[in-house]
Amino acid sequence: MSEPVLIAENLTQEYVLKGGMFGQDRIVRALTGASFSLEAGKTLAVVGESGCGKSTLARCITMIEEPVAGSFILNGKKAGPDTHDELRTSVQIVFQDPYGSLNPRQRCGQILEEPLIINHPEMPREERTRRAREVLELVGLRPEHFDRYPHMFSGGQRQRIAVGRALMLEPKVLVLDEPVSALDLSIQSQVLNLLVDLQERLGLAYLFISHDLSVVKHIADDVIVMYLGRPVEIASKEDLFEHQRHPYTKALLSATPMADPTLRKQRIKLTGELPSPVNIPPGCPFSPRCWKATEKCRTERPELDTGAHRAACHFPE
Amino acid sequence: MALLEVRNLSVDFETTSGRFRAVDGFDLTLDPGDITAVVGESGSGKSVAFLAMMGLLPWTATITSDVMKFDGNDLRSITPRSRRQIIGKDMSMIFQEPMTSLNPCYTVGFQIKEALRIHLGMDRKARHARAIELFEQVGIPAPETRLSTFPHQMSGGMNQRVMIAMAIACKPKMLIADEPTTALDVTIQAQILELLTSLQEETGMALVLITHDMGVVAETAQQVSVQYAGQKCEQQEVTALFERPHHPYTAALLAALPERATTKHLPTIPGVVPGQFDRPKGCMFAPRCSIATELCHTTPPPVGGAEIGFARCHTPINLKAEEEA
Repeated sequence: MSEPVLIAENLTQEYVLKGGMFGQDRIVRALTGASFSLEAGKTLAVVGESGCGKSTLARCITMIEEPVAGSFILNGKKAGPDTHDELRTSVQIVFQDPYGSLNPRQRCGQILEEPLIINHPEMPREERTRRAREVLELVGLRPEHFDRYPHMFSGGQRQRIAVGRALMLEPKVLVLDEPVSALDLSIQSQVLNLLVDLQERLGLAYLFISHDLSVVKHIADDVIVMYLGRPVEIASKEDLFEHQRHPYTKALLSATPMADPTLRKQRIKLTGELPSPVNIPPGCPFSPRCWKATEKCRTERPELDTGAHRAACHFPE
Repeated sequence: MALLEVRNLSVDFETTSGRFRAVDGFDLTLDPGDITAVVGESGSGKSVAFLAMMGLLPWTATITSDVMKFDGNDLRSITPRSRRQIIGKDMSMIFQEPMTSLNPCYTVGFQIKEALRIHLGMDRKARHARAIELFEQVGIPAPETRLSTFPHQMSGGMNQRVMIAMAIACKPKMLIADEPTTALDVTIQAQILELLTSLQEETGMALVLITHDMGVVAETAQQVSVQYAGQKCEQQEVTALFERPHHPYTAALLAALPERATTKHLPTIPGVVPGQFDRPKGCMFAPRCSIATELCHTTPPPVGGAEIGFARCHTPINLKAEEEA
């Protein structure tokens, strides 16, 4: 368990916004300096608001996009253009919207077999079908579902197919990009249970991206809190929910509604909105909304400190 | 007299594959100053019921009810002309997606002033002043410059504020907020909810909050009505509902919340919400219910009394121990 399957070093991703004929090109700093490691059988949750770089991180890890700086090591191999082909099979992704991520013109069976057709073209058809049926059972669908089209399934079942498709190549790491946020509460718990089961049986490592802190609290082992493309706090789940060191994490937790009417707590009110990632404020990115910000915060960018519970703040608690 | 009284409201849709009953026997009574939440999963008919009251459903919908009264007006027999004088003024609604509910061709200032012109007949100067006042009220910074921006130039949170400003422009007696925060981030959600409740306190309007988020319900509502498959299955005061749900569906829904989980496995509700073709004969929830009896599968349950939260159930539960499970 000690050897991490995924080690990311300083991952950075930028996009260029074309300024048109007269304007200047602008750079969107979507992800800056993300470093973490992930062990087999563990779940690392990435939380943050929209625009904080969660999905960009997912796209870098799944090698959909090449990061502009930084690197990561998967399965002991450094990811790069020359190793992409062999590494891509060991990390798979499940997208947020099960309605948009399945081809409506393919049957469930075809959807499941497609990764094998592409990656193992030499595999005989019977073998392929056998594996697809195995996975179908693994994700809790019935054999008769094999020949159905996606529109015949409910949202929860579709998400099961999406998870099944991700499992076809027997990956080591599964990137889950908001896998339950499009689902209803009663279905959400079914899918979460499925994910917990699969992790136990197959020893998968999850990179779980979510904005819902109650789901994260339930499923994660470690948590990274991101703000404007930067990790601002990294800790184990217990530490993070027990004691937040970064003011943003504190505000995020206090803003999350708790399903307990007797507990109407005082919220930390954040004023303003997330600044655009095109012009990230100098200094601490959170300083314009922070109630503790001083002159130092506005001019000098805090780095993540070291230790088990890391925070990027000049005045951590 | 109640501000809004609805008895036995049903909405049917004519679809190519036959009739579909989206809302089945919906009851609601609202007094001024009430905050009521309507909770349910997608497809439970919560939005449709309120769209029916607003008269915003397409012609394929058939609306029937015993009583549908708002502020002394009978909404069943009202002429379209007089309905238009009520909706948007005394009874207004905040729609779910601010990005698609605002007209992209007009500035937000134009859209908010339109309501003021048509309903209140204000002159240009008064409209402008009122629009700025409204923007300040909902917490939009630099209101004067924001009036001349288009919806696509603003973020989702800001657009949602514009929607709220528009809905409260004519000081409504009842405000229906249809999932006002689902498209927003949690920190913005907290701001918007705070805004809605403070507006409600200030103006004393009745607020209806349509949502699927139990956390939002717990933090804002006074009364909660739980919808399932078009029917109301339970209505209670919020603390009582969370402490002692009487309908098995409510109990199961609360148990499925990740934050209430005690083990790595969450309690689940097996199966899915019934659709158009597999509506059960008896209780709508019977196929998924853990304590369903033979009776539940064959006979629709009656609506219970106030002491069991009007639970539509043959076997209502109210033991304190059961909600822990």
